[in-house]
Amino acid sequence: MAPRIGVVTFPGSLDDRDAQRAVRLVGAEAVPLWHGDHDLHGVDAIILPGGFSYGDYLRAGAIASLSPIMSEVIDAAGAGMPVLGICNGFQMLAEAHLLPGGLIRNDHGNFICRDQRLRVENTSTAWTSAFADGAEITIPLKNGEGGFIASADTIARLEGEGLVAFRYLEVNPNGSMNDIAGLTNPAGNVVGLMPHPEHAVEEGFGPDTSSAMRSGTDGLLLFTSALHSLLARA
Amino acid sequence: MPTIVVEVMPKAELLDPQGKAVAGALARQGRSKITGVRVGKRFEIEVEGPATDEILAEVSVLADEMLANLVIEDVISVHFAGADGFGHDAEHDFSTGNVTNDTSFDEASTPEAQAEILKGIS
Repeated sequence: MAPRIGVVTFPGSLDDRDAQRAVRLVGAEAVPLWHGDHDLHGVDAIILPGGFSYGDYLRAGAIASLSPIMSEVIDAAGAGMPVLGICNGFQMLAEAHLLPGGLIRNDHGNFICRDQRLRVENTSTAWTSAFADGAEITIPLKNGEGGFIASADTIARLEGEGLVAFRYLEVNPNGSMNDIAGLTNPAGNVVGLMPHPEHAVEEGFGPDTSSAMRSGTDGLLLFTSALHSLLARA
Repeated sequence: MPTIVVEVMPKAELLDPQGKAVAGALARQGRSKITGVRVGKRFEIEVEGPATDEILAEVSVLADEMLANLVIEDVISVHFAGADGFGHDAEHDFSTGNVTNDTSFDEASTPEAQAEILKGIS
């Protein structure tokens, strides 16, 4: 039986369907989950998708991080279940203290949308194991509040312990400290990133590449990684 | 019904892009004496009376846990509306005696002092 990966829909989620599609494309079963339930429906992994839950009121991801289902997500993450937060989902993971630091308004004050080059800095997590060490990828980025910040101590710990999962290359699009685009927890099961791997999973709809327009599918390997992690456990 | 005011500001050492944008707009208006702007939030929270240190302490904990993210923000103040004369029912609070002029909680709101007050609640 194919592993079941849940995608939580919050009020204001936008990319939940895209994340479900990415999950199906790698051969896993996508299970829609609802923020208001206290029920993970027996899934093997969880994705918190992008969007603007609760209109970014209070702080981006803050109100969603207190949703009913988040108590189950936090327990599951603590028990080792793979959890991926994309964009707004990353903001929720930070607000839920599953990942350290915070995300604030982009330093230039503008919303930014671009195909972003990244380096995969840690390939031993549940969501990055299918990448080659130091792999460089291009996936879309679109956010208004993607500036990663943390105290100097936290930054030193993240760098020292190899907890930076993704780093911006060429352009730092939002003023993130140390060009940090994504993080992992020490156990490697919880990963969050601001760019959107689920928008680079199918030729014709991804970023441009040197071989053809819109042909980039670099995001697929995050979902493949999760599939492999789950199959390896089974 | 007392109103508790919670004020939250982005941490001083962090860039405040919103404040920077407002400062830039003011500079373009020729307000050359204004050298910096930082933008924070003010919450006005209605609670069931009476106005006690206990309810202030309770809201103070909520402020730290939810109204502010202490990774990126600081809680500047937790006080009853009326103590500063603002808030939509500040005058009512004054006239009904719901609010004292006692600002000792604000002044004593170190983590240690808050912990002391919390002991009284639980």
